[in-house]
Amino acid sequence: MFRLEARPQPSRFWIAVTPILAVIATMIAGGLMFAVLGKDPLASIRMIFWDPLMGEYAFYYRGQLLTKAGPLILIAIGLSIGFRAGIWNIGAEGQYIIGAICGAGVALAAYPVQAWYIFPLMVLAGGLGGWAWGMIPAILRNRFGTNEILVSLMLVYVAQHLLSSMALGLMRNPEGMGFPGSRNLQQYPSAANPELIAGTGIHWGVVAAFLSVIVAYVFMSRHMTGFQIRLMGESPRAATFAGVIPKRVVTFTLGLSGALAGLAGLFEVSGPAGQITIDFASGYGFTAIIVAFLGRLHPIGIMLGGLLMALTYVGGNLVQQQAGLPAAAIQAFQGMLLFFLLAFDLLSAYRVRLVKREHR
Amino acid sequence: MKSLKSIAVGVALALGLGGVAAHAAEKLKVGFIYVGPVGDLGWTHQHDQGRKAVEKAFGDKVETTYVESVPEGADAERVMTQMALSGAKLIFATSFGYMDAVQNVAKKFPNVKFEHATGYKTAPNVSTYSARFYEGRMVIGHIAGKMTKTNKIGYIASYPIPEVIRGINAAYLAAKAVNPNVQFKIVWVFTWFDPAKEADAANALIEQGVDVIMQHTDSPAALTIAEKKGIYAFGQASDMKKFGPNARLTSIIDNWAPYYIQEVKAVMDGTWKSHATWDGIKQGMVKIGDFSDKMPADVKASAQKIIDGLKAGTLHPFTGPINKQDGSVWLKPGEVADDATLAGMNFYVEGIEGQIPK
Repeated sequence: MFRLEARPQPSRFWIAVTPILAVIATMIAGGLMFAVLGKDPLASIRMIFWDPLMGEYAFYYRGQLLTKAGPLILIAIGLSIGFRAGIWNIGAEGQYIIGAICGAGVALAAYPVQAWYIFPLMVLAGGLGGWAWGMIPAILRNRFGTNEILVSLMLVYVAQHLLSSMALGLMRNPEGMGFPGSRNLQQYPSAANPELIAGTGIHWGVVAAFLSVIVAYVFMSRHMTGFQIRLMGESPRAATFAGVIPKRVVTFTLGLSGALAGLAGLFEVSGPAGQITIDFASGYGFTAIIVAFLGRLHPIGIMLGGLLMALTYVGGNLVQQQAGLPAAAIQAFQGMLLFFLLAFDLLSAYRVRLVKREHR
Repeated sequence: MKSLKSIAVGVALALGLGGVAAHAAEKLKVGFIYVGPVGDLGWTHQHDQGRKAVEKAFGDKVETTYVESVPEGADAERVMTQMALSGAKLIFATSFGYMDAVQNVAKKFPNVKFEHATGYKTAPNVSTYSARFYEGRMVIGHIAGKMTKTNKIGYIASYPIPEVIRGINAAYLAAKAVNPNVQFKIVWVFTWFDPAKEADAANALIEQGVDVIMQHTDSPAALTIAEKKGIYAFGQASDMKKFGPNARLTSIIDNWAPYYIQEVKAVMDGTWKSHATWDGIKQGMVKIGDFSDKMPADVKASAQKIIDGLKAGTLHPFTGPINKQDGSVWLKPGEVADDATLAGMNFYVEGIEGQIPK
């Protein structure tokens, strides 16, 4: 008979190994699902995981992986810092939208002036917009003790309506024949965030994402505030004795995660997306939550998690087209990944013991 | 090193295209990119029916692939590039929001033909196509005007864009022509596809006393509610009869199949040219479903007369005299609206209550 025994300390070995196990288990379960759907499981799995990296057109997909992973990593890094302190910002999607609206707003207000300072101003506005949207749940929690999970999540819907309103009203392209959507910032050089090196998929948002990984790593492991954040998450009472002021941590982490999400939105709207449209938000803010946990709330892990998630999207679209799999199968596949990851987490917190049945 | 890499990319792209051209005798690969799921029973479903019709018509000579639920923006650009890289020679992009992505990809692949639905930007290798759904609206507006007892007609509208506003105006004018007391109650739901929201809107309209509902959203939700509440409604995009066998009077059906077959054939024959198509009932791109038995014979006859008139081209939904909502003259007696005004329509006609949301 098997018995689960709590480990005194989570096993470092299993923490490192479970993500790999989860990926393998996802491949097996996903392969079974593809087989049931009448597709070649090995070919399908290869199309998702191998072709974008090493296949015939990998030169194109590798860049696309970075483009797709950039915003996920940037948002997830911000979220992970709050999560480590036990502060749950679920509304990154809203902060992402507001960042995009504020950044694009600067560009559209300046149009058609060409000047070097427009893009930096947009970056500033995007970050500030996301920060401000993140501060709403922070202030409400500090002042009135509201739950930041609910408030930040509800603000996503507010942001989505604001986005619709912007695309249809204030920011609508006057030359757009009455259709919704702003001017395309890709076609406005001073505001555009193009690929820095053609064909690599790297734009300023991807650069910012990798910078954020390094900064977050140093910050969380070497800086006093990083230590306080971890302490507050692991033992709130001990943290207060150690002089941590919880309200400050709330303000800091929600503001920071909001600002990073806002930046991600700004880089996306000025780069790959190009426009404020009704459907601009395609769920990066929510997917980033998965990425943060996939990466164990650790900066390096998040970077890898973001790239893996991007791979399932890029490879997922590839296998949809090439093998004719429905989109829902790919979403189920992505769900399996998270499911197995959480399930295997058991192994890092518990030891599986084989015990003899005792007669009483 | 960096410039070497971008050259390598360019060469590889060129080789990829050349490689495809060299196998011209092979099947023609056609890609379809959808904004929703093929199971939405509305917009995307009908485009996918068109894709299936292409497969059926050309059999071994074509190979179609599709990717569903692709968000507009960077993802659409990637999926279309992916299709072009894997050898598609013709790509149908079936949502307005793909417009700039189509332009970007079309520039990179001058030998691939692109067809963009409901947009307005063409290029040497990009055509646009759309359907005159407002002709269908004229038919159902006429039927609704005849069938309503409370003289209140509900309209579930998605987004305040010319396409939707045009539909409301066309339906209202046709209803008003046969029922001077008719009133339109318009609810904006700000979504194309959200069954729950659409159902809420239908319920809200019924509480206001409407007894006929029409919708410019994609799901059959409104029809289902109408069936439950014992009022009338219409199928939208697809026939939808099974969702409200008693409620459904008729339906406006998007019929892309003939157009898709025609364009695929043009690419095969090498006669494809960039164009902007806007077809209606006459060409069969818009179809009207079977009339319900609930419609009295005279209503069936008069509705059929409108369909025949639209088919023959003797009837236009926007024929003067028509005033704008503010009372100013839009069309003088006998004047017919031009396509440019229709394409950018952003005003209600006289008699419709309420404001277009901004």
